[in-house]
Amino acid sequence: MIVFVMIRVAPGDPALAILGDNASQEALDAFRDRMGLNDSMLVQFGRFLSDLAQGSLGTSMVSGKPVVTSVMEVLPYTLELALGAIFFGIIIGLPLGIISALWRNGWFDYFLRVVSLLGLSFPAFLTAILLILWLSIEWRIFPVISSPTGGPIDRIYNLILPAFSLGVIMVAYIMRTARSAMLDVLGEDYIRTARAKGAPVRRLILHHALRNALIPIVTVVGLYFGLLIGNAVLTEIIFNRPGLGKLIVLSLNQRDYTTLQGLMVISAFLIVIVNLLTDICYALVDPRVKLK
Amino acid sequence: MTLTDTNAPKRTKMASLLRLARKNKLSAFGLLMFTLIVLASVFAPFISPHSPLDQNIVERLQDRSAEFILGTDTFGRDTFTRILYGLRVSLLIGLTSTFIAMVLGCSLGIIAGYRGGWIDSLIMRVMDMLLAFPTLITGLFIVAVLGANVVNIVLAITVTILPKFARVARAPTISLKEREFVEAARALGYSDIRIMAVHIAPNILGEVVVLASLWAAYAIRVEAYLSFIGLGVAPPTPTLGTMIRDGFNHILDAPFVSIYPGFAVLFVVLSLNLVGDGLRDAIDPKLRD
Repeated sequence: MIVFVMIRVAPGDPALAILGDNASQEALDAFRDRMGLNDSMLVQFGRFLSDLAQGSLGTSMVSGKPVVTSVMEVLPYTLELALGAIFFGIIIGLPLGIISALWRNGWFDYFLRVVSLLGLSFPAFLTAILLILWLSIEWRIFPVISSPTGGPIDRIYNLILPAFSLGVIMVAYIMRTARSAMLDVLGEDYIRTARAKGAPVRRLILHHALRNALIPIVTVVGLYFGLLIGNAVLTEIIFNRPGLGKLIVLSLNQRDYTTLQGLMVISAFLIVIVNLLTDICYALVDPRVKLK
Repeated sequence: MTLTDTNAPKRTKMASLLRLARKNKLSAFGLLMFTLIVLASVFAPFISPHSPLDQNIVERLQDRSAEFILGTDTFGRDTFTRILYGLRVSLLIGLTSTFIAMVLGCSLGIIAGYRGGWIDSLIMRVMDMLLAFPTLITGLFIVAVLGANVVNIVLAITVTILPKFARVARAPTISLKEREFVEAARALGYSDIRIMAVHIAPNILGEVVVLASLWAAYAIRVEAYLSFIGLGVAPPTPTLGTMIRDGFNHILDAPFVSIYPGFAVLFVVLSLNLVGDGLRDAIDPKLRD
């Protein structure tokens, strides 16, 4: 409902924006009629709700395509990017966080803490621009424009740079969480017991400590998914990738209210799904958590 | 003797602050960095001989030189000067929106926690609803729909970070309201508003200030993101995001045009994160290691 009201109170006439200033009065009237813009707010809201209940988000005011279709067309690209970022976050952030916790207050720990603070302060566009400059323009390892087309290998190859650039912030968050979670767990009695019983260090860390440190890490991944989707918008613009980001910018420029409305509903829906997945992950990670 | 006694708490507070600064060098460094950035942007006209708006096409896209410390942009404007003026916009929007979100969010959180019942449910459900949307995307929509100007950008950022403050303020309020001193205040017949403002609010201030410094860093970044997308304060006012976007068109021939303002955003955000991180360690001993 918030979405609906916010978008309707916007200044600017969508009919005028879409048909242009030179459109005749008849054309404007016909357009408003077709889109139902002449009906009262209440009628429009009712239509929005009944459409929503039927799994439809209406049709775009500009292209006439169903909103769900146009969002679903680009959603996989954004998801692919976000998952890639989480992947980098985990494979880089987790080991570094564990090392940091094991060598607590050593010079390497101190160094990593500064690096992680730097990582989470890096604005998404700066990371992307620097990576393009070094890896694409200077060394020509990766393409400047990341097009998600071609075979699976090309597609993954093209994904590496944008996913890493988006993943920098995830690396920082996961590293910090892994460090503090490991520190918490390493102080527990059962770790001392395991150590006293002569458990090998590797087994101690991977089996006893890490398993219990995973819950906060899963939480952080779920929690920052929304942030990741937001940052993905910027990454997509810089790398010129299709995705939610480009669709948002396009709809903004065209004042395509229905698409905007649908995008917002779908992004909220995504967050809800991710929260659900996070809860399911808890149960996988921690046998004490039972799914009802 | 009495005199020293009354002065004692104050002195220990100062001393502990100083001890903190000495112990946490990174935080102190962050604070210094932030202060310098604020001063530089406030006194921009005295620092740079150039104007942020004067165009000089002949000198366009120049790299660093003695005259143009950080080079010039597409229209031959001095990048360093524009960064200083751009920082004014960033700081103004970032700090104002964080402050409003802090005051409003905490008030809502304290009211929800203190009153409980349907007021609590109502406030927190609305906050949950706001939290369900990705923050940057929410901000983007608000600005897109209402129009891009300073007031709307502040509003958009405030709305996105408000729920975080409400949540942080609500939880301790629930336990604080059961404490003896609150009960005593109630027995003395103080009004609810007075109890909330005088007895509860100061007790949660510590956590809230830490949160504020971290969210201010976020707010400044969001402002840069919005103007990068084209939803920032309208040109010719220089904003860091707009400068980066304009410079990005010249990434091949003059990459420095977008990189320097990018680093400016990084430094502001980093300085605030350093301060917030250190404060959190200081206030919450559990998190200190």
